[in-house]
Parts: sequence; structure tokens; C-alpha cells
Amino acid sequence: MEHTLETTITVNGTRVTRRVSARQHLVDFLREELGLTGAHYGCEHGVCGACTVRVDGEIVRGCLMLAVQANGRTVDTIEGLSDSGEIAGLQAAFHRRNALQCGFCTPGMLMAAQDLARTRPDATREEIREHMSGNYCRCTGYHAIVDAVEDALKQSAQTGGKR
Amino acid sequence: MNARAELPLHAPGTQVDKGYIGQSVPRENAKRLLQGRGSYIDDLRFPRLAHVVFFRSPHAHARIRKLDLAQAARQPGVIACFDGRAVAEYCTPWIAVLGHLKGIKSAPQHPIAIERACWQGEAVAAIVAESRAQGEDALAHVEAEWEELPALTDMRESLAGKYVIHPDLGDNVCFKRELVTEGFDAAWAKADIVVEESYKFGRHTGVTLEGRAILADYNAADHSLTVYHNTQAPHMMQDIFSRHLGIPEGNVRVVCKDVGGSFGIKVHVYADEMATAAISVMLRRPVKFVADRLESFLTDIHAREHEVTVRLACTKGGDIIGFDLDDLTAIGPYSVYPRTSGIEGNQVVNLTGGPYRHKHYRAKMHVVFTNKNLTCQYRAVGHPIAMALTEAIVDRAAAEIGLDPAEFRRRNLIPDDAYPYSEFPSGIKFERLSHHQCLDKLLALMDYKELRAEQAALRKQGIHRGIGLAAMIEVTNPSPAFYGVGGARISAQDGATLRLEPTGMLTVMCSVTEQGQGTDGIFAQIAASAVGVTLDKVRVITGDTGVTPYGGGTWASRGAGIGGEAVLQAGRALRSNMLDVAAAILSADKAELDIVGNEVVNKLTQEPKLSLAELGRIAYFRPDTLPPKFQSELTVTRHYTPRDYAFTFTNGIQASLVEVDPDTGFVKLLKHWCVEDCGTVINPMLVDEQIRGGVVQGIGAALFEECLYGPDGQLLNGNMADYLVPMCGEMPDIVVAHVETPTKQSALGAKGAGEAGTAGAPGAVMNAINDALAPLGARVTVQPATPERILEALGKV
Repeated sequence: MEHTLETTITVNGTRVTRRVSARQHLVDFLREELGLTGAHYGCEHGVCGACTVRVDGEIVRGCLMLAVQANGRTVDTIEGLSDSGEIAGLQAAFHRRNALQCGFCTPGMLMAAQDLARTRPDATREEIREHMSGNYCRCTGYHAIVDAVEDALKQSAQTGGKR
Repeated sequence: MNARAELPLHAPGTQVDKGYIGQSVPRENAKRLLQGRGSYIDDLRFPRLAHVVFFRSPHAHARIRKLDLAQAARQPGVIACFDGRAVAEYCTPWIAVLGHLKGIKSAPQHPIAIERACWQGEAVAAIVAESRAQGEDALAHVEAEWEELPALTDMRESLAGKYVIHPDLGDNVCFKRELVTEGFDAAWAKADIVVEESYKFGRHTGVTLEGRAILADYNAADHSLTVYHNTQAPHMMQDIFSRHLGIPEGNVRVVCKDVGGSFGIKVHVYADEMATAAISVMLRRPVKFVADRLESFLTDIHAREHEVTVRLACTKGGDIIGFDLDDLTAIGPYSVYPRTSGIEGNQVVNLTGGPYRHKHYRAKMHVVFTNKNLTCQYRAVGHPIAMALTEAIVDRAAAEIGLDPAEFRRRNLIPDDAYPYSEFPSGIKFERLSHHQCLDKLLALMDYKELRAEQAALRKQGIHRGIGLAAMIEVTNPSPAFYGVGGARISAQDGATLRLEPTGMLTVMCSVTEQGQGTDGIFAQIAASAVGVTLDKVRVITGDTGVTPYGGGTWASRGAGIGGEAVLQAGRALRSNMLDVAAAILSADKAELDIVGNEVVNKLTQEPKLSLAELGRIAYFRPDTLPPKFQSELTVTRHYTPRDYAFTFTNGIQASLVEVDPDTGFVKLLKHWCVEDCGTVINPMLVDEQIRGGVVQGIGAALFEECLYGPDGQLLNGNMADYLVPMCGEMPDIVVAHVETPTKQSALGAKGAGEAGTAGAPGAVMNAINDALAPLGARVTVQPATPERILEALGKV
């Protein structure tokens, strides 16, 4: 029998408890156990960033963390951030700038962009490029993504809204 | 919002209907992707869904001595294990050849290898389990004994016939082509200057962020197969599943959900995907296969890998006389079904020298088999090779004569008033191109003179900047000349169905598919404009053979030009039918009515007469109130296929500004410009970003990306950490501008735009690097131009 552990995680504000296989990655848990399919597998070795989620406020690679390691912690996914409205400004900027094509990297991109918005809201274009470099996009050429993040940061500064 | 208020920016000379054409409208379908609420194949959940994993050959070439699946079959969660013979009972093999590629040959390929594996990663057994993890656990229990065979990895050894991979074929040459224009030798003999250089282009691959994925659901009760597949060509796959699995075409439905990038990677038939469909039939239940990243590198088609020698002859005044090409390319052990792996080399022959007005050409090209992963059509197919080698040798010639590269191009680009142009020596024909307008626009945009002055000043300070230009042509909107004439059952025609709903909404169903490039968005713009409704009233459905008209799908930059024209024609026809209904309701003369902003209006006064919701209500629910013989037709289908030209060529020119560090070999991309002409621009924002994405893939080819194989045929860097794709931080801002020369073949006037970026960028970047290195007496002629290769060129390592 596979080794399983009882695991309780607060996912997007809701406490869930499951018996989880010790080897199951966090992103597998979110996708397979909870049906939260917004975080994607791109490489399964921590390079591409498509599985980026937030654990206790920090962005992590969902493919490099085990679900059991999230026991007792808070996990936020793209679905949660969308419903709470936390990233509405970023999403609107991405939409307006067409900062996505296939959309597969987009949830991870938005997670990374929101992390920048929270930690360095005054980031320059160069700093945005640097920060977003942990997330691969194969469609856009990145230019529009940088434009969108820049727009959202400016917008946020103007409205004084540091989320 | 009144659609009339935000009016036409469309190109002069087009016959498009007013409205949204030319507007940068955000894509409606992006909203769900932005919330992580898209639906990719791996997001689907089915009852009794089983998962397929593959046991793959660890060797590049080996005979299977023994394959024992008994232990694997006993592992927890395992449902079944199959070898190649078992699957072959349900799925026939294929041979990928095309009638118009004279002499092309390949060997039969099975869904799962039987007796012998011909590349590292070829599937030799399938394990089906209740979960993917259980399937992967069971892989460790497959017992295989191998007899290793010599692996042929060097294309020159392959051409020389060191071993023959498929003895029945006689040699390793899949396809060859030679051509020489009349009077070539005599013309060449008159040249003042001949420059020659050899180039190597590494193998690379598409790295779609979403891996290949297929979920096949066979229903034994009615012998039907529904396949959820992230393919670019659902009707092509419907035909192939039908023929190879022996299921009537009408019983096969292929559905594309959201697709996480394709770039040509997902337009081919993959053996493991055919095996997955066969296994669904065998097990009478839904089964899913999703390629993980390691499998993607081993089995997604690779592309390029060319070794080319090219010569250019010109007069001392700088007029190009001709090109002489010798191209060798290797494709792995099989030609890829059904498009074949002969097309890329064929394209290099067709396109070399593409932008220029020389008259003489000689070409020789060989496509050979090797024991590496298969190669086939990936974004821009052949263009990056042909454009890079052309533009590199053109720069050599310009330097030899002492002409500025921009000036040399201006002298030789086909004049803008020379069209239609049928004198291109490879035989391709150009309807109308705009090379000179594009060149002028580019030089102004980048402030070429100023940049040259800055470059000269910086050189004095020991800073090595380079400016590279690359003119280009691109095949778009292909007619049946691409595949159909060769016998491939791949539609060159596409269709669109438009339906007015009772509430005045418009539903568009089109055979072109969406992979994120914005197909659905531009079809909505075209449909709304043609019918006279606002964009919020339009819903678009693509990617379902059970729903849309028949068509080719997405490849060769054909979606906007071919599918878009079908949508436009269907929209015009529906508008006419709607006016018939309105005339009947209003007892008015149809000629006096028009549709604007969701209303039937008086054409002269623009006075609203009838809302489309009211029109729909009466037509569908109260036709009894209409004249006795009147029958409304509020669903219309139209098709389109280009007939006047085999291909609708586009053109453009790119420029790259780089800084090379001669001590480290590092290249810093400072800026990139692209001016291109895709005819009518339907949505400038989407076109620009697609071009930028293409440019970045071309930059990847020029600087970073290469599938490296050891001499034993082992892929050395098949993961995302070791195979470098461009990242945000090292990419420059990319300036995009357009010249619009609409094709006269269609009313819409749109040509393709999807591949232009990838076609031109490798040449522009290579030329920029060599421009930077010029004062140091070094040239790099190998792509990717890694720091190591640049230091080699400088003689420093």
C-alpha cells in the first residue's frame, strides 16, 4: 500500500482534508484531488513556472513541493485569486494588452506578476523582465506581458491601491 | 456601443465590410484563460478514464530480443499492457510519402515499434493503468533485452550509406531534389564576384508549453470514437483515425479543447497518439495520454538540422546574378505522416534567394534518414534556413563590393512595381509584394543612419555592436499545391457556418482551429462586421469535427486568410438573408434596408426599423405571421479555397541590434524591428504579438536552442533546464510595423502572419552578430550562435 498521510490545507480560503500519498506533488493534489486545473504542468521539474501557486503568501513551484508539505498551510491558486478580485487589475491589463496567446503559462505568469506587485510595486521595465524570467511563455515574445505588468503597476500606483 | 462609430482602418484597396476590421479588440476567449478556467486535454475528467504510459527505447537503434510485460501487468492499478504486435491488430501502419515530391520514400511505421526501435524514445510497449503514477511505476517492471544496432547520427555518413537504416529502401535518402535554370553556367561565368559560405543549423523543437495530449473515448455500442486532441488539424485526424482504425469516418469525432501552443508541433500524426486511440478501442473505455516534458523532447517532432553551402554571384556594381545551393538535412528514421519530412528541404530549395530579382539558380538538396528523433514541419518550415543563408551570403557579397547592406538590398530586392512576378528562378510566383516599402519603413523606424553612426562611435570605445538586416518572403494561404496534389487527405478549403439566434446573437462555426493566436477573436470581428452586429453579440465555435464545416485547420499561416474569407462570405450571405426576413416583416423593399449595430435600419436615413432580436423572434417563433410562401434561412455556410496562386506570398524585413562581448562570447539583444506585409490586418494587436512571438522563437533558434545528440544517438539535453528557450529577461523590446498589400484573391485581402517572425529573425540576428564581429575578423556560421561558438570564431577557444 502506498504511504498516505492525513493532510489539511486551506485552499483558496476553504479548509480541505484528504489522505494524501506522501509522494504526491502539490500541483497533482490541486489538480487531481480538488479539480483545480488552473495550475498547469509544463515541465514537472521546476523550470517553466506554469504550475506556480502561492503557499503562505510566497509563490512556489507546485511541481517541486509535496502536498503533505502544505499540511496546515494556506494555498492560493489562480482560481482563488480570480474570485477574490485580488488580481483583477492584472487580468484586465493582460486582456487589454493581449499578454497571452494559448494561456497555458498565464496562471503562473499572473502569480509571478502579483508577487512583484506585492513586493516591488515600483519595479522598472528591466526589473519586470528580470522578475518574470522564471516563467516561460512560448507564444507571446514577452513584450506584451511586460507591457501589461507595467500598466498594472502604474494603474495600481495611481489609484494608491497597494493590494 | 454603436459599431459604426469605431470605423474602418482597413487597408486601401480591400473590399472588406466596415466595422471591426483593423481594430485592436481584445480577445473574448482570453478571459477564461486569464482565470485558469480554460480546458486543456489534461483538465478533462471522464468516468472509467484510464491512463496510458509508454515504455520507450533507451537505444537509438536496437533490435528487441525480448519484451516481457508479465511483471508490469501484475503491478497495482495496471489494467493492461500491450506490445507493438497487439496494437497493430487494431491500427494499420503508414508510410509518409507525397506524390508530388518525386521519388520520396519511407518505411512503414507502426503505432508501437515491432521488433526494432529506430530512435531513442520510440515507444515499444504501452501500459494502461488507473492512474498515471501507477502506470509509470509499472514501467520499471518491463523486462526488455536489446541487441544494439549501429546508430547512424551523422547526416554525411547517412548520405554516404555507412549503414542503411531500412534495407528495403536501398539507401538512406528519403528525398532529393535538383534544379538548374537555363543558361546558369553561362550567366555564372560572367560574374565579377562570387562569394561562398557554409552554414550549419542545429536541430531544435517547438517546446509547446502544454505537451501533446490525447483522450480517446471509444463507444463499443455504436462503434464510434470521440477523440479529444490538442491537434491543429481535427478533420485530418478524423480521416486518419477512421482509416487506420477501421471506423467509418462519420463515427469519428475529433474535438479540440483549449490548446497550449502548437507551432506546427501538433499538426502531425504521432505513433504514441495513434496507439492511444487504438487502445481505447481495444479496452472499450476512455484512455488518455499526455506527453511529459522528457517525452516531448524525445518524441515531439524536431526540425531544421541543415548543413548548407551557398554561393552568390554578382556584378561588381552589386547586381545579384544568381544563387547556387547545396543543402543536406536529416529527418530521423521515418518521414512523418501524412505531411512527410520532405517539405522543409523542398521549401529551402523553393525559397532561397526569395526577396531578390536575380534570374539564375542552381540547387541540390538531400533529405536523409538518421537514428534520431523524427523531424517535420515546425513554424516557418524551411524559411528560417533559406532566409538566414540568403541574407548571410547577401551580407558577404555587400561587404565584398563595399556596399552598405541596406543599399545592397535596395539594389536587388524585387521592385514594388514588378508584380505579378513570375520570373523567380525556383518557379514560385508572387502576386504582389512590397519589399521596398518595407525596407524604407524599417530604415526610418530604426533610424538606420543614426544607429550606424552610433555603432562606429562605440567601436572606437571597444564596444562591439552589430546591426543585422534580413529581408524575407513567406508562404501563406496555401492552395492544394501543398499537400492535396500529392495525395494527402488534408483539406485546403475551409468553411464557416453563421447562424442568427432568436435573440439576435450570432454563432460562428469555423473549421480553422484556435491555439491562442486569436482565431476565434478575429472571426468574431469579421462576422460582426459582415453581418452588422456588435462584437458582444458574437460567439465562435472552432475545433470540433462534429459541429463545424469541413476544413484544413491551422497551419502554414492560413487561418485568417482562408478561414477568415469563409467567415466573411458566410456573413455577407447571412446579412442578405436577414434582410429578406426584415423585408417580409416590414413589408418593405429589401434594397432600402441595411443592418447596423444590431438593428435593421433604413439604408438612407439610418432610422432603426427592427431589432435583430425581434427579427429572430418572428423568424423562429412566429413564421405564421410572414407571407405564406416565405421561408427564412438564418443559417448560412460558405467555403473558401485560394485558386489563383499556389501560395499567397507575404514579405517583410527584420533588423536586429546586438552587442557582442568578445571576451565571453555573450550576445546581448538590444532591440529588434520587424516590418511585414500580411495584407489586410484584421487585429493589429494580435498580429503584432504573434509576430513578436515568432521573432522570439527565431531568436531562440539563432542563439539558444539545439537538440544535442551524442554519437550514440542519445539526446543529451532533453529537458527544459538544459534545452534553452528564450526567457523574458534576455529578450529585447520588439518593434512591429506593417505595410498592407491585400491579396486580390479574396474580398478580405488577408495573408498569413503567423510564421513571418520565425522566418526572418535567425538571419537578422546572425547578421547582427557578424556585423559586430567584423572588425575582429571573425564570422559565425553555425546556429545557435552560442558563446562557445562565437569564441571559437574569434579563435579564443
